[in-house]
Amino acid sequence: MPVVSPFVTAAINSGLSKDAKIALYRELMRIRRFEERSLRAYQAGKIGGFLHLYIGQEAVAVGCCSVMGKDDHVITAYRDHGHAMAVGMDTKALMAEVFGKVTGCSKGKGGSMHYFAPEKNYWGGHGIVGGQIPLGAGLAFGLKYLKRKGAAMAFMGDGAVNQGAVHEAFNLAALWNLPVVFVIENNRYSMGTSQSRSSAGTSLAQRAAGYSMAWDVCNGHDLYEVREKADKYLTIAREQHKPAVLEIDTYRYRGHSVADPDKTYRSKAEIEEYQKTKDPINIFQASLLAEKVLTQEIIEKIDQEARAEADLAAEFAEASPYPTVEDITKDIYWEEDNLDKKVSQGRIIFD
Amino acid sequence: MPVITYREALNQAMEEEMRRDPNVLLMGEEVGQFNGAYKVSEGLLDKFGPERVIDTPISEAGFIGAGIGASMLGVRPIMELMFWSFYSVAFDQILNNAANVRYMSGGQINCPIVIRGPANGGTNVGATHSHTPENVCANHPGVKVVVPCTAYDAKGLLKSAIRDNDPVMFMENTILYNDRMEVPEEEYLIPLGKADVKRVGKDLSIIAHGRSVIHSLKVAEILQEKYNISAEVVDLRSIRPLDEETILASVRKTHRVLLVEENKPFCGVDAQIAYIIQDKAFDDLDAPIKRVSSIDAPQIYCPPLEKEQMPNPDRILKAALALMK
Repeated sequence: MPVVSPFVTAAINSGLSKDAKIALYRELMRIRRFEERSLRAYQAGKIGGFLHLYIGQEAVAVGCCSVMGKDDHVITAYRDHGHAMAVGMDTKALMAEVFGKVTGCSKGKGGSMHYFAPEKNYWGGHGIVGGQIPLGAGLAFGLKYLKRKGAAMAFMGDGAVNQGAVHEAFNLAALWNLPVVFVIENNRYSMGTSQSRSSAGTSLAQRAAGYSMAWDVCNGHDLYEVREKADKYLTIAREQHKPAVLEIDTYRYRGHSVADPDKTYRSKAEIEEYQKTKDPINIFQASLLAEKVLTQEIIEKIDQEARAEADLAAEFAEASPYPTVEDITKDIYWEEDNLDKKVSQGRIIFD
Repeated sequence: MPVITYREALNQAMEEEMRRDPNVLLMGEEVGQFNGAYKVSEGLLDKFGPERVIDTPISEAGFIGAGIGASMLGVRPIMELMFWSFYSVAFDQILNNAANVRYMSGGQINCPIVIRGPANGGTNVGATHSHTPENVCANHPGVKVVVPCTAYDAKGLLKSAIRDNDPVMFMENTILYNDRMEVPEEEYLIPLGKADVKRVGKDLSIIAHGRSVIHSLKVAEILQEKYNISAEVVDLRSIRPLDEETILASVRKTHRVLLVEENKPFCGVDAQIAYIIQDKAFDDLDAPIKRVSSIDAPQIYCPPLEKEQMPNPDRILKAALALMK
């Protein structure tokens, strides 16, 4: 691959100012440093449960979310930190959430897998493989029903394509002409099972053909290409109410979750090869250096700022209080949280 | 007052709410062109068009999930399950996504959906089509569960369910669809969480929901006429929220309790009701609480035996008399 991506001249990229390119680079770095910082917090025992790190996949979320229109919407699975940052969620609230603190984006009730920011058109953050995809089709249905001009992006991993709910959503989207782009982030492993051991056929996106739906593949290590492909299918979805499946090749350096020892299903050499030759940040950095957009000085500054932001988020999370026992039974029912508008009677929370 | 069927009551509730609020729509299998598998949605396609009365493929996880997703944006879908039994193929969508999304988002999102359809045995369709999952659904904080047994209740409760901003599981009964009663022409709403004393009595409280209420009312008549026992029949109508006050008031009056439901006994709704009564009205009880529920086996096909498996007037009467000894 040439140092500067051929997709740099695509319409969506050619108009990018120097500052806009630097901003994209900054987004990639912020996610990486945030994830590295959260890993350290996990190792220090600050985070419970699972932690599915996005390290290695940053160009997918940043690329796709950077081309969103103002009424485009995002939903994803449990590897959701990158998307949350890419839509502009505050890292303090994100870190506090994984620390289980009341200042977290879900008040400590959702955890790492369940980030939400409806005001940023970000609908989670979902824990069950493929379970969010019908919701994504529903967001698209809702946009169309409400006659709003927008589209939904429904992200999933490569493992999700074997779930029935995903295919039901594919069928509905194609049948009803819903404005949705189904994005498969193919990091090659559904947990510890490689694509060849889990998915029949050669291409995952090609399954869309069974529903007469457009499909495409994309190099997810190249931010410019991700932007071009995501923009293309989002635009079609928005303008023509036609869905598509976009399979984006990517790679995660860390285990499926931090709890995954990551020793049984792939070699260290494979991971190192990706880091050396396909790292999305290195690739974009090299391109921006060649384009004379970045300098070593700016690179260093952005890195320092990204580290400082992640540290600040961790400090904020550490200093924040946990929710109280009384908080456990709040945020369950809209009506109970809006007692002035309550019309139901009787008891709804039980001993 | 016009006399209408339980089916027509549901149909009117949907029509009135769809006229009131353009964000309300109906989707489900055969709800449009076919006029509804049980004709509950008859005529709605003609009145509202295919944009608001939407035929879906047989794809419960897909269309229920899509309805939930749309509801997060403020659409208010009524989703018909041809049988509530089919909830199992959409379980993740209903009880992970709809039930949990508000909580997991720290209260940022709400899900104003209604999932409705028949949930009953008694039609000889075997174990896969005879579920009464009000107990399973009510076990999930985040959803509301309503089980009406008359046309009047069905209409008033469905209208409230459609206006509710939380996900409401609305469980009907195919055997009751043709039951007729007087229903006012003018608009009315019945709040969720309000039980109804369907017959006033002083010797025994029969607490039931769904079609079991209808059976219990018959038994109450027999008890009065043949045995001079005055039974009060409390219809829960809503399982979650639950009208504890009405239950407890009845218990404090009669001191004897028979719980009747079509659920299987283990972890049925009445297990919770029995717990509440012993917890809050222990000293008011003159006898142990008794239950009649479906005999604890998958629903049997054999038509005469299915009648025996389910609560029926004979079984309820027997249990009531045993309790009064």
